[in-house]
Formats: sequence, structure tokens, C-alpha cells
Amino acid sequence: MTAPATTSRNWTVRLRNRAVRDLPPEQLMPGEQPVYVASWIYVFGVLTLSAFVVVLVSGGWLAVEGPQWWHTSSTGHFVNSLHLWSVELFMAFMVIHLWGKFFMAAWRGKRALTWITGALCFVGSIGTAFTGYLIQSNFDSQWISTQAKDGLNAAGIGAVFNVTNFGQMLMWHICLLPLVVGIIITVHILQVRRKGVVPPMELDLRDEIPEQVQR
Amino acid sequence: MTATPTVHRTPTTKAAAARKWTGRTREYDLVKEFVIALVVVTVLTCALAALFSSPDEKQITISTWSRTQPADFRQTAATELDGSSGTATYGAPYNHTPDAAQKVGPVSLQHIAGVTHPIDTVNDFVVGPLSGVPADSELGAALVQWKGATTDQQKTWASAYDDALTKAEGDVTKVGPGDYGPVPVMLDRLLAMAQSGGLDGALLSQKQFFQTDYTKPLLFIADGAYLEDQARAQHLGGDQWGMMNETGNFPGQAWLWLYTFWYQVSPFSTSGNADALVWGLMALLTLAFVLVPFIPGVRSIPRWIPVHRLIWRDYYRTRRA
Amino acid sequence: MTVLAALAAPVNLNHTGHYVHWGVVQISVANLVVIAVMVVVFVLALLLPFPKGRDKQ
Repeated sequence: MTAPATTSRNWTVRLRNRAVRDLPPEQLMPGEQPVYVASWIYVFGVLTLSAFVVVLVSGGWLAVEGPQWWHTSSTGHFVNSLHLWSVELFMAFMVIHLWGKFFMAAWRGKRALTWITGALCFVGSIGTAFTGYLIQSNFDSQWISTQAKDGLNAAGIGAVFNVTNFGQMLMWHICLLPLVVGIIITVHILQVRRKGVVPPMELDLRDEIPEQVQR
Repeated sequence: MTATPTVHRTPTTKAAAARKWTGRTREYDLVKEFVIALVVVTVLTCALAALFSSPDEKQITISTWSRTQPADFRQTAATELDGSSGTATYGAPYNHTPDAAQKVGPVSLQHIAGVTHPIDTVNDFVVGPLSGVPADSELGAALVQWKGATTDQQKTWASAYDDALTKAEGDVTKVGPGDYGPVPVMLDRLLAMAQSGGLDGALLSQKQFFQTDYTKPLLFIADGAYLEDQARAQHLGGDQWGMMNETGNFPGQAWLWLYTFWYQVSPFSTSGNADALVWGLMALLTLAFVLVPFIPGVRSIPRWIPVHRLIWRDYYRTRRA
Repeated sequence: MTVLAALAAPVNLNHTGHYVHWGVVQISVANLVVIAVMVVVFVLALLLPFPKGRDKQ
């Protein structure tokens, strides 16, 4: 057993020890799961994550050529289509994942933070998608921005977050919001690994402490 | 784990859910699962993109608007000049119009946030762009007359012309006689400028060459009827659940269903404070959604509607065995 | 690049949208299809058997 982390004055060592203590490698990347992880509903988290990757890659490809490329290039239009449909899949998978987690009451066993970060991912994704619609630079963007401004202005948010300012919305969409959502997603996934997948309701305690409960 | 506790209390099922699982496990390859999921999603995305493509309805410029609907443009321009347009009477964050801001009860967040994007429709939308037009002596004289008049006189001319134009449904040939000052010449020239594309550029480059803020041209266009007419034809209007919709037959933003729902029902559908009320309500509901684990009743729904019995049926079956 | 251009959408969704009206609710057929597919997928995920893994204990 190595010396307790608190005795080291080295920040790096303390951080490393804390990280390894909270999430040992075998727990971060396990080769097994509890026996109750046996339903297709469990794959919707990873499907959501995969769709997020495709959203980022297709969005990154659009960024390479700039925000007007897709209006004048058929390749650009196809990449825009990839971005649109990967977002539709992302939102669909995320909502199905949410339905599953709700009916599993997945916040049980001190997993409230997992639920909270998941809910924030959902809300953050809606905001990110919204800014995406604003920067299409076509009729849809014109209508959405001139309508959405009323809701945001009424809440006082429009004074800072100006949806008719294309440049501002572009930077929020491709820089700020993906970064924030990405961080929340990371915390969410690490929480799942830390706490483990929530066990079934009406848990059989003989599985929990087999050597301490008489059969 | 081998030491026997001297005092043992069987943990409740609730507490057990918090403990590290020490029961039976099964082999599970997370990385392989992720790679397979990524391939599946990539193929699905490519297929959907190839099959359906994506919408791209061409934007409306002030030029296309003023050429397609010159009457609507003129009427809108008249309201910008007499300060009665939607933008001119909006309040924060564009201008200080008394009692314009929306409220929830006594609180007006809109007003509190202040005027951070000041827009003076008279000068920013009309007089300013016209002042840049060269070599037009009639316009020059009109602008001299306008700028030399008092604010009250300017408003009187502009309002009178606005009323007359409204009566004539935007048809300048049917406007009755009256004291309109230089306003008819100014709006005539503004229409010509708009139709040539000059007004799109002038509204954008007022402060600087590199400009990415389209607030002014967008607000001007939105003050007219043309933009909304095009939008309503595509089922994008607020009372058409438009927030959820996309142009054409494409799926839109179905996840906005609850947000747009409130606008369709009383009291929001008839309230002048609808936006503030809906935003406030959705902020509360969003907070409740984030905090579901702490809300009694809501957090018990999974027990009352036992979908979990399907999810964990294999586990429950083995347990019974 | 011309290959991608040649793949111009076989299904053209760029014409007037179709909408379903039900009381105060108005929903596009496209959105309705998306939601219906999501519900079907959710139900299938609950019902379809998941491959049995090797027990580790």
C-alpha cells in the first residue's frame, strides 16, 4: 500500500492518487458489467455519444470551408445534410436514453449527479442546436432569429445574447457551446463509471452481499 | 471483504443501490460497443443525408422584398420614419419606449436588462442610409428640409404620410393630398435604394466595413409583412406550432414541443406578456426536470409505471429461479 | 465530388409540408414520423432479447 495521498505535497501526485482512488483503471475501462445489464435500452447512451462524434466531425468539416460553403457547393450541401441528420439522430437517441433512464429511476443509489449532468446535456444540446439553426444563413435563420429574439428579449437574455448577430451566434455554436456540452458529457460518463450502472429496483440482496445473507 | 462484521444490519434495498456491485457479472466490451455504435450511426447518417438531403430556402434581402412587395416596403418604411413600427416601439434592448417591455407580474426582466443594442429607426433605417446617396438634388433638398425641422414637425409629416399610405394600401398613386413635407421624396428614394440592393449594404456597414451583426436589416425586414407571409406559408408561424417545424417536408425541432405548446393555449395565446410568461414557466419546468431525483411523486413514477420489469426481466427471472 | 452531386436527394422533401390537425395540436407529418419511429424503437429496445454474455462469476 503506497503512502496516503494527503501526505504528499506534490500537487501532481495528489491529483493522480485522488483520480486513481476515485476511478481506478479497471473501473474506468471495465471488461465486464453487472449481470443485469442485459437490455437493448442500455445501448442508447453509447449511440448518443457516437452521434455526437458524427455531429462534431461533420460540423468540423463545415468549419474547414466556412459558413457559406454549403450554399454554393454540392459537397458542402451533402456535409450540411450529414450535420443535420446526425443532429436528428443525436437528439432522438438522447431522448430514448432519457426515457430508459427515467423508467429505471437511474438516479437511485446516490446517482443524482449523473441524472443532473444528463439533464444539463439535454438542455445544453437544445441550446446548441438552436444556435445552429440561427447560423444556416438562409430564410430559416432569418425567421427563427426574428422570432426567437422576442422570447429572449422578454427574459432579459436578449440584451446580451443577440440572436440576430450572426457572428456572435456562430462563435457560440462552434466554440462555446460544444465545449461546455462536451465537458458536461465527460462528467456524465465519468459519473456512470464511478458509480456503476444503477442496479434493478427490488434488488436481490443476496446478489449484493451474498456471504452475509442466508439463502 | 473476508472479515466478519461483529454487528451486522441488513442494508435496505435503497442503500444497497449505492454500494459497489459485488454480485454476478457478465463479460461486456465497452470499446467494441462504441466502435460498432459509431459505425452504425455513421452509416445511418450517410444514408439519411443521401436519401433526404437538407433544406436551404433562399434568404430574403431588402432588395427582393422591396421589388416583390413595394407597397409593403413603403408602408414599413413609413412606420420606421414616424416611429410606430414594431422595432421603434419595442423597448429594451433596442430603445426606451415606455411600458413596452414584457412583464411577469410586476417584474420586467426585459426592462431591467436595459438598452444594449440601441436602434433609432428614423435615422438608422431611413435618414442615415439616404444621407449617403450622392448627386440627387431633389433628395438633398428633402433631407435639408427634414433635418432643419423640429422633431415634432418631422413626426407630424411622417405620421400624416403613414396614415395616408395605409389608407391607400401602400399604393403611392392613391395617396390623397396633405402636408407631408419631404417625406414622400425620402421614402421614394429609399424604395429605389432598397430595390437596387444599396439599403442591404448600407444597413450592414453603417459602423464598420467588416460586419457580422445583421440586427438592423433583420429587424427592418421583420417589421414588414413579407417575411411573416413567407413563413406562415411554410407553417412556421407562432400559432402554427411553427417553432417545431422546418421548411418543406423536413422534420424540424420536435424537442421544442413543450415550449411551443404554451403559446397555443390560454392564457398565453392572448397575453401581451406571452413570451415572458412562457419563458418563466419553461425555466421552472427545466429546473424541475434537472432536479427530478428530489421531487416526491415525480421520482416515484418509475415504480408506478413498471417499465423496469421489462428492462430487468432476465435478472428477475433468474432471481426467482 | 461529382459523385456526391449525383446523389442529389432521391426523396425530395422540398415541397409544401403536410400537417396533421388534432384539436389545438398541429404537427408536421415529418415530425410525427420521427416521434413514432422513436416510440417504436424504444418499445423494441425493451422487448427484443439481448445477447447473453459470458458470466464472469
